[in-house]
Amino acid sequence: MATDNLLIEIKDLHTYFYLAEGVVRAVDGVDLRIKRGQTMGIVGESGCGKSVTALSLMQLVPPPGRIESGEILFYRAVRGNNASTMTEVVKITDLKPNSKEMRSIRGNQISMVFQEPMTAMSPVRTIGAQIMEVIMLHQEVDRAEARRRAIDMLARVNLPNPAQAIDRYPFELSGGMRQRALIAMALSCHPSLLIADEPTTALDVTTEAQILELMRTLQNDLGMAIMYITHNMGVIAEMADEVAVMYLGRVVEQTDVQSLFFNPLHPYTRALLKSIPQLSDATAKKRRRLEVIKGMVPDPYSILKGCTFHPRCEEMIPGVCDQVLPMLIEVEPNHSVRCHLYGTP
Amino acid sequence: MLSYIAMRFLRTIPQLFLISVLAFIIIQLPPGDIVETQIQNLQASGATVDQRQAELLRKQYGLDRPVHLRYLLWIGKIVTKFDFGYSYAFQKPVADVIKERMGYTFAIALLSAILTWVIAIPVGVFVAVKQYSLADYIVTFFTFIGMAVPGFFLALVIMYIALTKFGIRVGGLFSPEYMVAPWSWGKFLDLLSNMWLPIVLLGIGGTAGTIRTMRAMMLDELRKQYVMVARAKGLSELQVIIRYPMRLAINPIISGLMWLLPWLFSGGTLVEIVLNLPTAGPALYSALMAEDMYVAGAYILIIGALTSISAVFSDILLAASDPRIRFGGVEGV
Ligand SMILES: Nc1ncnc2c1ncn2[C@@H]1O[C@H](COP(=O)(O)OP(=O)(O)OP(=O)(O)O)[C@@H](O)[C@H]1O
Ligand SMILES: [Mg+2]
Repeated sequence: MATDNLLIEIKDLHTYFYLAEGVVRAVDGVDLRIKRGQTMGIVGESGCGKSVTALSLMQLVPPPGRIESGEILFYRAVRGNNASTMTEVVKITDLKPNSKEMRSIRGNQISMVFQEPMTAMSPVRTIGAQIMEVIMLHQEVDRAEARRRAIDMLARVNLPNPAQAIDRYPFELSGGMRQRALIAMALSCHPSLLIADEPTTALDVTTEAQILELMRTLQNDLGMAIMYITHNMGVIAEMADEVAVMYLGRVVEQTDVQSLFFNPLHPYTRALLKSIPQLSDATAKKRRRLEVIKGMVPDPYSILKGCTFHPRCEEMIPGVCDQVLPMLIEVEPNHSVRCHLYGTP
Repeated sequence: MLSYIAMRFLRTIPQLFLISVLAFIIIQLPPGDIVETQIQNLQASGATVDQRQAELLRKQYGLDRPVHLRYLLWIGKIVTKFDFGYSYAFQKPVADVIKERMGYTFAIALLSAILTWVIAIPVGVFVAVKQYSLADYIVTFFTFIGMAVPGFFLALVIMYIALTKFGIRVGGLFSPEYMVAPWSWGKFLDLLSNMWLPIVLLGIGGTAGTIRTMRAMMLDELRKQYVMVARAKGLSELQVIIRYPMRLAINPIISGLMWLLPWLFSGGTLVEIVLNLPTAGPALYSALMAEDMYVAGAYILIIGALTSISAVFSDILLAASDPRIRFGGVEGV
């Protein structure tokens, strides 16, 4: 993979929570590369560390959690003197969470849309005030100009009557409208990476489809990369260029979206794909029982020996999978997998 | 917003009426009427009062008329002439008793309320942000003590220590040499040097309680997603705290303003009695003890009116601070 169009590179990231009950290894060795302008889908069951990975990327892991080790590199575009763009490497893991430099990246070059549109804005300030705040924080503009840009952004996310809507309070908007306003807020400084952490889970299916469509359009217009977090394989198929499958704090498979659906390698990915309900199931004479992955996600405090998926794996190799942790290896060009079936440890 | 304010004021009119009726009933409550009380007082001091004089007094007070007319007479005098009747215990018009105590009452209580907020709001926010830190445990310990120990007890302890260990007389608002002196710079400084103690003592319970409220509210708000969203914008932690969770956590304090005015008037009665302050609370207390019903009625009327007026102010402030209230539909966010 050429590094010139690389935007984010996460190397062996470990983010732990230090609780009284023990240490939760929420992210335990994640490797991930996101290219400029591309959509990276992140899938995995609840609790596998998707959100914590995203928060680590913004240095927003809440205490008692902290980034334990690993590197996060941000290839930031800077305008050269002769209108050419160059990249400089910012090592996010070296920046202090509340430092000026980290704050100048947050909301500006990397921004985030969260899962719960209902509570993502303060109920006592207008959406305009909350959007203008981020514009004025990162761009040298006065109030009038910030307001103009906020209205412009609200128009781009197809909020009806943006010039009036800007003075509305969040509770005056529906969930879908709020999520649009939040997307407008996240994109108001034209970030190079938008992290979307399950932005449509709280919405109904029609609204979800509209938001997904909107995000694709905006990506074409503004050219940002998207890190799209979901546990919905259908959404991945629709949105992602590349996909990383996570299991218990690690990426177990990363490839392009076609290969993932047509040539899944990791037993966990295959099991995930089998558990998607299909339209043909409903029309078939005898309904297929939905396959679920056997067993439960182990409790987060335990440390499993070997591959963490082995207790639930259909193709477990005794003596190998329960002994040695497999590495993430590139078995085909741009197709990496963390599984003993595809290479000797 | 304007119509909201107008509506809110209109709603207080029936409240004020009910309060005045209540105060009037309380005045009528003791067995016998005031003329009898007065006659007894006069007889006790050796004078003889004949039947004709008593009738005259009754007429003067309108006691021969039906009760609703007496009410109208009483409230009419209050509204038009600020005449609350005559106090037998203090031997002067009730209005004068109230007036001379009003200033000190408000000064002491307002200053202790301001002290409460200035300390309690930042401390409450700080310990919520630093939950389970050493500072949190220390503050929690002291807030429980502050809420559990009554102010009058603390006042007694301080007076005792000041007197036995340092030989300082604590209590009252003025040193003896200034007690009857006309106002001067020296008297003012003397007032300040005596006033801080009641201010602190009256403030302790409220400060402890407000810290607890503020901490609990902040912990609730800090968990909400909009806090993380605000951080993700690139705001500094201080900006995030002040502009987001604190703006909401402060609302119960604003609605608590409703209790401020009445509390200003009567909240610290015990402390004020112990410290021998010339404020409203002790006067009401002694009026009730002496069945000086016009004083008691006046205080009840004033406290009731203050409560409903401050309820209006806190509602308006709350509506200004929280649009969900202004727009009527309150929604669980
Ligand atoms: N603030 C926190 N304190 C303690 N543990 C946490 C905290 N946030 C996350 N964790 C733990 O980290 C692990 C990963 O959580 P994370 O939120 O990243 O999961 P996720 O993949 O986003 O799941 P979901 O699909 O449910 O959002 C979980 O075991 C969770 O319990
Ligand atoms: Mg999550």
